[in-house]
Order: sequence, then C-alpha cells, then structure tokens
Amino acid sequence: MNKHLTLLVTLALTASPLMAQDLTVTSFGGAYGAAQREHMIDPFMAETGVNVLFEDYGGGIAEMKAQFEAGNILWDVVDIEVIDLERACAEGYLEILNHSVLPAGDDGVAAADDFIPAALANECGVGNIVWSVVFATNTDNGPGPTTMAEFFDVEAFPGNRGLRKRPQVNMEWALIADGVAHEDIYEVLATDEGQARAFAKLDTIKEDIVWYDSWSQAPVLLNDGGAAMVQSANGRIFAVIEEDGAPFEIVWDSHVYDLDVWAIMRGTENLDLSMQFIESATRTVPLSGMQDVAYGPTRRSAQALLSDEVKENLPTAHLDVGLKADGIFWADFGESLGEKFNEWLLQ
Amino acid sequence: MIPTSHTLDPDDARNAAREVRKRRLQAFLFVVPLLVFIIFAFVAPITTMLYRSVHNPTVANLLPETLIALEDWSGEDLPDDTILIQFATDLKRMANERTSGQLADEINRALPGMSSVVKSTARNLRRVEDSAIATNGVALLLDANDRWSDPTTWRAVRDAGPIYSSSYYLTAVDMERTVSGGIAPRDTQIYKQLYTKTLKMALIITILTVLLGYPLAFFMAHAASGLANFLMVFVLLPFWTSLLVRTTAWIALLQTNGVVNSTLLALGITDQPIEMLYTQFATIIAMTHILLPFMVLPLYAVMRGIDNSFMRAAISMGSRPIGAWYRIYLPMSLPGLSAGALLVFIISVGYYITPALVGGVDGQMISNIIAFHMQQSNNWELAAALGSLLLILILVLYWLFDKFVGTSNIKLG
Repeated sequence: MNKHLTLLVTLALTASPLMAQDLTVTSFGGAYGAAQREHMIDPFMAETGVNVLFEDYGGGIAEMKAQFEAGNILWDVVDIEVIDLERACAEGYLEILNHSVLPAGDDGVAAADDFIPAALANECGVGNIVWSVVFATNTDNGPGPTTMAEFFDVEAFPGNRGLRKRPQVNMEWALIADGVAHEDIYEVLATDEGQARAFAKLDTIKEDIVWYDSWSQAPVLLNDGGAAMVQSANGRIFAVIEEDGAPFEIVWDSHVYDLDVWAIMRGTENLDLSMQFIESATRTVPLSGMQDVAYGPTRRSAQALLSDEVKENLPTAHLDVGLKADGIFWADFGESLGEKFNEWLLQ
Repeated sequence: MIPTSHTLDPDDARNAAREVRKRRLQAFLFVVPLLVFIIFAFVAPITTMLYRSVHNPTVANLLPETLIALEDWSGEDLPDDTILIQFATDLKRMANERTSGQLADEINRALPGMSSVVKSTARNLRRVEDSAIATNGVALLLDANDRWSDPTTWRAVRDAGPIYSSSYYLTAVDMERTVSGGIAPRDTQIYKQLYTKTLKMALIITILTVLLGYPLAFFMAHAASGLANFLMVFVLLPFWTSLLVRTTAWIALLQTNGVVNSTLLALGITDQPIEMLYTQFATIIAMTHILLPFMVLPLYAVMRGIDNSFMRAAISMGSRPIGAWYRIYLPMSLPGLSAGALLVFIISVGYYITPALVGGVDGQMISNIIAFHMQQSNNWELAAALGSLLLILILVLYWLFDKFVGTSNIKLG
C-alpha cells in the first residue's frame, strides 16, 4: 500500500510540470488543420513532450481583441492571415518576434535568405503558407474563361459566377478585368473614382453573380450547377479534384495570393515555448508538408523538396501572373469599402 | 391561524407579519440563483455592450494632452506648432506602447485611408529622440505624410476625442455630423434600408407561419388524441433537430440541381432549373419552416382549452360556421395567436445564421451587418449602436402591439 502511495506521489510530482506545459495553438481547422496537425503539431509534441491543444477559429481579429480586452489570454500561438496581421500587430495584440532565432534551412541556407521575403515582412509573424484566391470552372460545361477579362465577359461565357460576398478580391478582380495593371490596382482602388470604376465593372455581371459566405460553399456551387465558375481558395478546389476526381479546372490568371503566418498572442505565459513551437513548425520539412492541401511553403528549401507535378498546383508556381493581396490597403479601406459594398448589393 | 374577531391580538399580528416576511424571504431565496445567473450572464454583458454604443474612451485615453490643446483650435487652418509637436510626442509614445493601431482604427473610421498614415508615421517616430521631436516635430510629422497638412485630418482627430458620443447612432441611421455642426445624410445609405427589409421579412415570415400554423393547430386540437399526438411528433421533430442541419437540408432541397428542381424538371413543369437558393425566397421559406413550431405550440395549447360547445351553440342559434368561427373561436384563440406571432416576429428580426447560409444577397438582414462590424471591421461601437436600435425597435413594436391587441391576453398554454 505504502509503495503504491509513493509511486502515485512520484508520478504526480513528475507529471505536474509536464501537465503545466500545455500550449494552445489556434488555426483554421478542416483539411488545412489536419495537415498542420500531421506535419507540425504531432512532431513537436513527440519531440518536446509538450501537450499541444489545437483549436479552431474562423479568422479575423475579433477574438484576439476580446481576449485582450478581458485580460484573459487563452491562446498562445495563432495562425493568422496577413490581411489581418497588420491590424492585430499594430493594435498590440501580438508579440514582436525575433526572426534571427529561426533555424537555417535543411540545405544550410540562413533563415533570412531561405524564407521568401513576404514571410518575414511583418515583425509579428513568421510565414507558414502561401495560399491564393483563384477562379475555377467546371469542364463539363465546355471550355470556360481563362483570363480575368473573360471571367467578366457574360456574353462570351454565360452562366452564374459564384463570388464570396465581401469587397476583398472582387474589387481587385473588377479593376483587373477593366484593364488596370496589377501594380496599379491598390493605388486606383484608394480613390473614389477607382472604387466607382470597380463597382461599375461589377455591375456588368451583377445579374449573374451568386454570392456565398464561406469558402466551403465554393466547390459545392460548382458541383451542383449553381455556378458555372466560382471564386475559391485554391486548396478547396484542389481537394475535390484530387479526392473526388471532380471535373474542375483552376485558372491562375490574376489570382490574388496571400500568406498565413504563425504569430504569438501578446501577454501569453508561454512565450518561450510558443517561439519554440514556431521555430519547429517553420523548419523545412514541416513546411513542405503543406503541399497536402496545395498551399505553397514559405521556405525555398521546402519548395525544393516538392515534385514538379505538385509544384504546378501550388500558388508559388504562379506568382508571376498573380497579385499580392495588400493587407495595409485593406486595413485602411476594409470598413468603408465593406459599407459601400453592402450598399451596392442592396441597390 | 384564523382570527375569530376583526381585531387582531398585537402578538398575533406580529407573528403573522413575521410569517409573511419569512415566506417572502424563502420565495426570494428560491429565485436568487436565477437572478444572479440572469444578472451575470444576461443583463451585465448586454448592458456593457450597449454602453459601448455611446461610450468610447479609446482616443481620449491615447491622446489626452493633444485633445486638450485642440479644444482652442479654430478648425480652419493647420493647428499650431505646439499642438503638432504634442501630437508627435504622443504618437511616439503610442508606437513604443504598441497602441498606435488603436488610434489608427478610430481615425480611419472618419477618414478611410488614415489607418496606414497613422501607423507608418508612428513607426517613423518610434526611434526619433525626444529632443529631436521637440525641435523638429512639425517637419517630421508633415514630411511623413501629406495628409497631416490637411485640416480635415485634424478635425477627424478632434472629433474622435469625446468619450461620450452620439456619432455611432447617427451612423446607424445613415446620418453624420457636418463640419458646421449640423446633421446630414451620409454618402453611404445602407442601415435604414436593412432595418426596413428586416422588419418586412419578419412580417412576411410571421404571416406565413400564421397561415400554415393556424389550420394545423386547429386540426390537431380537434383530432382524436392518438392522431394529434402523432402529428405533434412531426411538429416537434424539426424542433429537436439542430438548426444547422435543418438549414443545410434546405440547401440540399433548393440548390440548382437539388431535389425541388429535379422534381420540377422531371415533371416537365419547367425546362430550366429555377434559381431558389441564395435568394430572399430561400431565407423566407427556411425561416418559416424553422419557426413554425413557435407558432403551432402556443396555438395548440390555447385551442385545446377552448370548449367546443361555444361553437355548437353559436351555430345552433343560426350563425354560419365561418361567422361562428370569426366571432367566437378566433377571439378565444387570439391569446395563442398573439403569443405565437410575437415569438416568431421577435425571433426572426434578430435571426442570423439562416440568412447567412441560404440568403445570398437579397436575403440579408440587419443581424448580418452587425456580425460584419463585430467580426470583420471590428467597429464594436457601431455594432452596439445597431444592436441597441434593433432592441428599441422591438420594444416600440411590442408597445404598439400592447396598445392595439393587448399583451394581457397573451397565453402560452
């Protein structure tokens, strides 16, 4: 009896520091979350013995703001879209990270040169994936549009267009279709005339737009015939082509790409452990695992590990025809364009 | 104890009074847990949220000295150098405390595009010595961005200052304060339209649930109890099913190649699939289905209590069935109808998830834009103002209802 008690006490004593080593990591769930669990979370847990609580959220900074205002920080590490990162960092919800501690790539190249520049552009985050908003067509309907101008041409390519109901990406696409060069998009969109021009272009297809709210609806719309072409996150379309053999085709012309980064909640009690996790999760091999969901790794050394066939499906192979989403622009105009966009929808 | 005479013995009176107090205390103790729960889980959070719609101390806390200095500024030209230097000093402090983003957000609401100007200027000033700001602050500020030379920018800074402000309510009714202090319509007109539309849709849904629910409840109330119970299961079954499952089921039914369209095509009624999903029609039909039990249950409960002999008596005295129903049965079932209609209307005014999932564009309601300001634009103050207006609107409608129909006769069973 006494022996058992000693054993229990010893167990309890040795286990308690481990129990305290809980790390809460928050990301977007779904297939993406599953890939992160397999390539980043599980290896980290096996390596360090730390217990990681892997949670989901829907993006945006509202939940961080709420935790911060309540003075009750529940998350340690969070996966955040760059479009939100700018605000979250400037409003002081995230820790400033020391990028110099990031390990070199597996090929020995220093982190600063191994990461693509955008991955370390913000002091609060370390790039995790490059993902992209593309449009996709259903090849069962015959040849579909292959450029953004054709996507807006309802005469030549009739049928519904499925678009996500928000100004982001749609405003950019409208200007591109109207002939504005990629490098001028955000400059034009910052003016009243530019915004009017974008809405005027969207007017030309308004009757043919089916609006949806969540990325998950995009492949469904394309599949059930609700739309002949849809806007979608590239990974969602890739997944249904790969898994279900859906007759969909991704069009990379004028895709709008962006990064997701790992960031640390300001005020977390597990600061060192959180940074340790980010260092581990953004090494070459874990990053290359993001190919499972067709998102491009942010290290060159990780891209080198991919086969040519896989590379073709990743946004990183098409950056030359793409537009980088401008987080600073959307921090400036997200709310006012959001209101104008809703007003336009009601007209 | 029962008093035998009209005058009470003083001792008995005291005892009786004590007894009453004790019972009241006991009764109160029974409801204390509920009261505490309601205060902490319902009243307190909602009050703090609604308080935000008029109370926003962010800028006042960030820029106390600049705001005091701006009080004497005419608002016409660029403010004095001392004000600009004070602001540059504040901005540097904010950059180091990492709060410049909060100021950027507030000013950006009045002047879209200012967010990046505030943040980048703050970044520039972060590493400048205090002495350099004191001597050269004006140039540092004006060179950082052209917009600091524009009095409009400074008016926006000044106007964001007050801790208590009605500006969010003005925005919520599509108005804004002008430079001269008057009130004028905003360029973007959206919220009034959305309120009108929300009320209209809630009304349509309420009428539809009455049209569908009243005959059903009537039939159930007068059917044999076995059949009535059987039908009741069908009313309650959707009630027990998850809201998301029911909404998703409607997506499966209404989508372009969905069940409804395939049936219509197979029967040759149409030769083109009809667009039903992501329309106002889809929102109305899905919400009518989801809210139907709220209409049927109170109606059924009230109708069960109506004695059939009243109708028979009216008919035997020469009334026609329709007349008897209108003059006897309808008034007696009105308490259930009122309760059901109020429940359905109030629930549908604030509905969020179903319009978001099946509504597309023309099925959007005010709750969707409130969610936008909570989750995406992070303008919690405006969201609170929109929410408060919605609450006031419902209270006004309730008051009107009470005045014309009377709430005293509401009955849930």
